[in-house]
Amino acid sequence: MEDDAPVIYGLEFQIHIIDFDDENNIINKNVLLHQAGEIWHISASPADRGVLATCYNRTSDSKVLTCAAVWRMPKELESGSHESPDDSSSTAQTLELLCHLDNTAHSNMACVVWEPMGDGKKIISLADNHILLWDLQESSSQAVLASSASLEGKGQLKFTSGRWSPHHNCTQVATANDTTLRGWDTRSMSQIYCIESAHGQLVRDLDFNPNKQYYLASCGDDCKVKFWDTRNVTEPVKTLEEHSHWVWNVRYNHSHDQLVLTGSSDSRVILSNMVSISSEPFGHLVDDDDISDQEDHRSEEKSKEPLQDNVIATYEEHEDSVYAVDWSSADPWLFASLSYDGRLVINRVPRALKYHILL
Amino acid sequence: MAAAAAAGPSPGSGPGDFPEGPEGEAPERRRKAHGMLKLYYGLSEGEAAGRPAGPDPLDPTDLNGAHFDPEVYLDKLRRECPLAQLMDSETDMVRQIRALDSDMQTLVYENYNKFISATDTIRKMKNDFRKMEDEMDRLATNMAVITDFSARISATLQDRHERITKLAGVHALLRKLQFLFELPSRLTKCVELGAYGQAVRYQGRAQAVLQQYQHLPSFRAIQDDCQVITARLAQQLRQRFREGGSGAPEQAECVELLLALGEPAEELCEEFLAHARGRLEEELRSLEAELGPSPPAPDVLEFTDHGGSGFVGGLCQVAAAYQELFAAQGPAGAERLAAFARELGSRYFALVERRLAQEQGGGDNSLLVRALDRFHRRLRAPGALLAAAGLAEAATEIVERVARERLGHHLQGLRAAFLGCLTDVRQALAAPRVAGKEGPGLAELLANVASSILSHIKASLAAVHLFTAKEVSFSNKPYFRGEFCSQGVREGLIVGFIRSMCQTAQSFCDSPGEKGGATPPALLLLLSRLCLDYETATISYILTLTDEQFLVQDQFPVTPVSTLCAEARETARRLLTHYVKVQGLVISQMLRKSVETRDWLSTLEPRNVRAVMKRVVEDTTAIDVQVGLLYEEGVRKAQSSDSSKRTFSVYSSSRQQGRYAPSYTPSAPMDTNLLSNIQKLFSERIDVFSPVEFNKVSVLTGIIKISLKTLLECVRLRTFGRFGLQQVQVDCHFLQLYLWRFVADEELVHLLLDEVVASAALRCPDPVPMEPSVVEVICERG
Repeated sequence: MEDDAPVIYGLEFQIHIIDFDDENNIINKNVLLHQAGEIWHISASPADRGVLATCYNRTSDSKVLTCAAVWRMPKELESGSHESPDDSSSTAQTLELLCHLDNTAHSNMACVVWEPMGDGKKIISLADNHILLWDLQESSSQAVLASSASLEGKGQLKFTSGRWSPHHNCTQVATANDTTLRGWDTRSMSQIYCIESAHGQLVRDLDFNPNKQYYLASCGDDCKVKFWDTRNVTEPVKTLEEHSHWVWNVRYNHSHDQLVLTGSSDSRVILSNMVSISSEPFGHLVDDDDISDQEDHRSEEKSKEPLQDNVIATYEEHEDSVYAVDWSSADPWLFASLSYDGRLVINRVPRALKYHILL
Repeated sequence: MAAAAAAGPSPGSGPGDFPEGPEGEAPERRRKAHGMLKLYYGLSEGEAAGRPAGPDPLDPTDLNGAHFDPEVYLDKLRRECPLAQLMDSETDMVRQIRALDSDMQTLVYENYNKFISATDTIRKMKNDFRKMEDEMDRLATNMAVITDFSARISATLQDRHERITKLAGVHALLRKLQFLFELPSRLTKCVELGAYGQAVRYQGRAQAVLQQYQHLPSFRAIQDDCQVITARLAQQLRQRFREGGSGAPEQAECVELLLALGEPAEELCEEFLAHARGRLEEELRSLEAELGPSPPAPDVLEFTDHGGSGFVGGLCQVAAAYQELFAAQGPAGAERLAAFARELGSRYFALVERRLAQEQGGGDNSLLVRALDRFHRRLRAPGALLAAAGLAEAATEIVERVARERLGHHLQGLRAAFLGCLTDVRQALAAPRVAGKEGPGLAELLANVASSILSHIKASLAAVHLFTAKEVSFSNKPYFRGEFCSQGVREGLIVGFIRSMCQTAQSFCDSPGEKGGATPPALLLLLSRLCLDYETATISYILTLTDEQFLVQDQFPVTPVSTLCAEARETARRLLTHYVKVQGLVISQMLRKSVETRDWLSTLEPRNVRAVMKRVVEDTTAIDVQVGLLYEEGVRKAQSSDSSKRTFSVYSSSRQQGRYAPSYTPSAPMDTNLLSNIQKLFSERIDVFSPVEFNKVSVLTGIIKISLKTLLECVRLRTFGRFGLQQVQVDCHFLQLYLWRFVADEELVHLLLDEVVASAALRCPDPVPMEPSVVEVICERG
């Protein structure tokens, strides 16, 4: 999968696996049937590329229930090596159910997150006002509720989103409910920090800086993207206000954390360069090892003036609200965005900027 | 004499009598004037009369002329005249000669006696002079005798005279000696009587002599005595000097006497200053006591008056006396005085500043300015006297500082007034709602705020203007002519206030209460309009007013009106945008709650429009009214009269068919997407939170856009049953019916509502839309 960037996105009852061949600019699509119901959230296991977890709606007796389950893809898709798939929509394959994250006690799973860099055994799901930590046992075929915590307070509290921090030995999870951001310690399942009124309105998404512990980005219905240092919860480090409607997604680039991607229901995807609060505020100092392309090695010496925070590009290919954006896990310069009308757009970081960061 | 007598009557007889001068009237008059002049200068009239008669005064034919030549005359007569005339003139001539002869005779007879008496007198005088000569001779001899006698007497008295002179000298010496011998007692007496001046004069007179003759024992004794007494005198003088209560002039006298006694000037100088310091410190203490917190402090004018008359007056006296007394001390002495004045002056200034600082809070500028004026005026005298001490400069500095602080105070005052206005507006906005009345008079409130701020600004300007009044002594200082006007008043006060006003207004946009609870939206609207008004008129008016009142004429760069206007406009724009966001949010929340809390799957068949939608329309109408109070209508796209009807048909028939139909068949989802994409290719992208223009339609469009977009997003997150979808359909149609009239482009509302219904249909597992006619009926009923 070196050159390919598999992107998974959910549609009603179907999961499409898109293979993007970077060299030939060819897109391959495989369709998996998800018979349990319509998918609201999806996340892939960090340890086993064939395993993924979904949150799905099950409609029964004029009631909508949101459940979560762990699935395994068919083997041949896992490898990602098959070259020319036939019309895959006709030969849709079915996912193999590994286990349900039992929701008898708690309905409405909002979100499922895997422990990053773990062995794919730990998973956290957010259901209404509960945060549940599951242990997957016997090769993911059984999910045991390890511990849980719940949010008490006035009114109907409901988690909307959560992320697992890659720092601190993966012991921290951050969640969003209404306008509040909360940090949790997974060992004791207790609250570590709480950012009240992080946004003026509902917080839609959050993401941890992969290279800088304590740094966290959030976005919400007030059209803003805010960057936080969790050690100081009173003031955001930085606020971006580029979108003209709710921001649904915010994602740090996995290796170059100055690159921040946001998707919004104003149909725009914005790629920002947040150099000043990144882990490389003065540019990249050591050459990255995994640059394999020859053309990446330009011997030109560029003067390294300190970079300014700015918007790199605004992508307006979508005609409707953009609900999901993410970076490729294989190629740090590739990202995809998905909008309401079902359009998936794959984009690259502008070449000039890429060289600027690398050289 | 005879000639005079003969000529006398001739002018009377007229010029016509002269045969040779038949002239006109004018020359005659001229001659008359000449004649009078001649008379004045003693020339005979005959001579004068003859001259103008003929052109040539030397005419030898003129009978009365000085150069008359009988031959020529006769010759002329003979040549020119006929015989008869000759005969006539001959008889005439003879007659005249006869008359003249008789005249002469009469004159001689008449004056004969006079000649005789004159001869007698001369003879008598001759006799008398001879007698006088004899007597003079006798006098000369007598005088010689007297001289002789006198010389002899002088010779005799010579000897005695010398002795008398000597005796007189001895007498004078003795009197001096006596004075010297009496000196101690006199001095003692003087000292006892307190006539120190007299004593010092005596001492001064005797001093030199005693000094000269001190080798003589007796004089030495006197001198010693004198010195003792003088020492005592000096002692007493010092005593008096030190007691000091007697006031500056007497002290000055003491010092003068002591100086005359030859006391060391340095020391006296020190002591004099020390005493002066004591007195002045007393003044300062009394001033400080006035300053103290316990007694009711007199007003600042009184305070500076006291300070001026007490301290500054005293300082003046001291300085004048010092300069008079110790003029001989030269620059060192002057320097000492300057240092003295500087030190005390600075303490005085410190007190004055403390007092003025107490005044800072007060509102009355005129009193303060008068006090400062007096303070500054009083210090000009010592300032001139003691240029080195820099008192006048320091005073000017204080005045400047106070003026600056005053400006700051006024700026604070203006800000406070502005905030007060805002508080009033908040209360006014809150109050009517409690009373249940709709629509507080926003326009009225705006007018109130604007006029109250303007009057505050004017009041501040007037108050500050006092500093530059002509009759104020410091108004012609360069600071008050230049920097104060431009940097202080214009930039600091007015521009500063407008800026701070904008900032205050903008802070409402940034306030953490983004949920809209903190600031009433009406206030945002009002402030926005206020800022806009400032941009269009008020700023330039205020600045023109300022420039007129304070003839700003120096080189400092000033903020141009356009910059301020741009700032105000930006503020107005931000406020209005924020207003749109806040109001949009209110309606959005309402819509969102209504979508999120409802169970759309198990809802019943719609019979009514949901109350929330009615509420939305009501609120939008209220906002429309509110904005309409302050902002103009604005431009909207042309629309046909029955637009609601028309759009309804489009929306419910063609689009509905086009977009809903494919969703019946879940097997072809691509078609739906394709259709919707094609649909969107032809519609423009909607910027939800786009900048707002300054008119009602734009504001309302913004609010409705935000609300409908929220509705759309919320609908997409839910799953709908068949009746749920139908309910959405009804609600959207209802909104459609009522919202189009508020927006600039009704297409926009249709587009968004279409989106909502389409999304709801997509989120519905059993999408069976309601009949358009039924929808219409329900909406019209509701």
